[in-house]
Amino acid sequence: MSTQPAAHVAATAADEAAVRRAISSTPRPPKAGPVSAALTFAWRGMLKVRHVPEQLLDVTITPVMFVLMFTYIFGGAVSGSTGEYRDYLVPGILVMSVLFTTVYSGVALNTDLTKGVVDRFRSLPIWRPAPLLGSMLGDTVRYVVAGIVIILVGVILGFRPDGGAGGAVAALALVVVSAFGLSWVFTTIGLLLRSPSAVLNAGFMGIFPLTFLSNVFVEPTTLPGPLEAFVNVNPISILADASRGLMAGNAQASDIAVVLAVAVVLTAVFAPLTTRLYRKS
Amino acid sequence: MTALAIEATGLVKSYGDTRAVDGVDLAVPRGSVYGVLGPNGAGKTTTIRMLATLIRPDAGSARVLGHDIVSEADAVRAAVSLTGQLASVDEDLTGRENLVLLGRLLGLRWAPAKARAAELLDAFGLTEAATKLVKHYSGGMRRRLDIAASIVVTPELMFLDEPTTGLDPRSRNQVWDIIRALVAEGTTILLCTQYLEEADQLAEGIAVIDRGKVIAEGTPGQLKASVGSNTLHVRLLDPDQRPQAEQVLAHDLGTVTLEADPSALSAACSNADSGAEVVARLAGSGVAIAAFSLGQPSLDEVFLALTGHPAEQAPGEHDPINEGNPA
Repeated sequence: MSTQPAAHVAATAADEAAVRRAISSTPRPPKAGPVSAALTFAWRGMLKVRHVPEQLLDVTITPVMFVLMFTYIFGGAVSGSTGEYRDYLVPGILVMSVLFTTVYSGVALNTDLTKGVVDRFRSLPIWRPAPLLGSMLGDTVRYVVAGIVIILVGVILGFRPDGGAGGAVAALALVVVSAFGLSWVFTTIGLLLRSPSAVLNAGFMGIFPLTFLSNVFVEPTTLPGPLEAFVNVNPISILADASRGLMAGNAQASDIAVVLAVAVVLTAVFAPLTTRLYRKS
Repeated sequence: MTALAIEATGLVKSYGDTRAVDGVDLAVPRGSVYGVLGPNGAGKTTTIRMLATLIRPDAGSARVLGHDIVSEADAVRAAVSLTGQLASVDEDLTGRENLVLLGRLLGLRWAPAKARAAELLDAFGLTEAATKLVKHYSGGMRRRLDIAASIVVTPELMFLDEPTTGLDPRSRNQVWDIIRALVAEGTTILLCTQYLEEADQLAEGIAVIDRGKVIAEGTPGQLKASVGSNTLHVRLLDPDQRPQAEQVLAHDLGTVTLEADPSALSAACSNADSGAEVVARLAGSGVAIAAFSLGQPSLDEVFLALTGHPAEQAPGEHDPINEGNPA
């Protein structure tokens, strides 16, 4: 018992000398460049995937279950055979899985804001958009992982698209670019709502119906007229069509153009909005 | 190079109908600890956030290290660091990752950032916890990491917002030691605190702030003198000498309280000088003194004396930082 305080006193004394050494030993380095700062924030995002893998699991397990359930339960009824439906469904679920992941960009940003760490970032002499852009880059890695999981599950179930590996990679790339555009919408929401769970709820309340009102699950020709009309103009349908086309090796250039245009428009509108809200928060 | 580290005139910041900061003037000299003392909701955090360029003042102006906080915000950011009231570290990363992250953001390359992180972890006694996630840290460890994060590159000026609130006495003393070391190496510190004792221990100058206004300014001594009564505590080496000590104290100061500790006694005295004279007389009379101190009036007493109202948090005057997402 009696040795404990004495040991502590010695430790503190050593600390103070070490603290003074540590303080005096740093010349100020040149400021971090914009790219280096953004990449550092991307690195932070990836560390979080490693430390909090549950988030990634959440958004990948649901789509995997969808693939399994829909293929084997509804596949026969919808398309006449499970194999045929699987080939229709997998490129669509790839879209769903990756777009669902974008909601978490907003959740993560909101989580940051409710803690003190954003104050520190904002008091650093760094390029202002670096924290946002860096997180988005880190999230892109997440989108790629979520997409690869779905494609692999498809392959395990016997999905062998005509476009081969190249087609699959192209489809994944297009979906990830779309996700990058869409994620700015959720970061804007993330800065407007008060809690991470509110962002999560609002995000899925938007993305969930929008995904079901697309051609991800069924051919729109089977739907009632007005619904079919909506499904046909839903950008998620067009993205799913482009994804199917790229995987099958017969993609329509117009689909790809529309998908890229939507991503550009979303980024052009919501990226500046997010940046401005982030600055003011 | 101006002599003042911080020069603020008439800073105002409102949230809705509440004027969180209502015309604050500050003049903080370089190379010292300057205390901003006040209860919760007095406007301390809002003032710090304006000076650290996190929010813009609605009115008034301030220069930090000679740079305007609005038009030269980047230059301010390059020379200051902030340790917020909420620990400004990332809970989902390890202690080491937090420090490497900041090193990189401040312009260090990977290898120097890692070396710097290791050096700081060692200096702050966090090496063992280096690879643990910060959310599993104790309050004291988190606070030390927070301060370490603020000196990854030694700042010219450091904002410390209530660095010891919620800490146990041992952790508090460690934080105080760190602050003293920082000042000894030439860093200027603006320290916000609710504790008069903390300001008294560390600060050379203090501004007392209440309801968004500076209501008193001065050295800790001047401030306490304006409050009036202190308590002289004396501990003797030999408890048997207590009756003799009691006589001396009673003669000079009046009523003497014998404390539960058989070698300790105390008495109220009007000012520090009379306390010092009594201690000198006590020593001269052959009583062996182990320790003595002039007790601090509490923040409540200071506020009561300065404002006529106790230092309570008025409803609706919370610092916005405490209310979750300010957006």
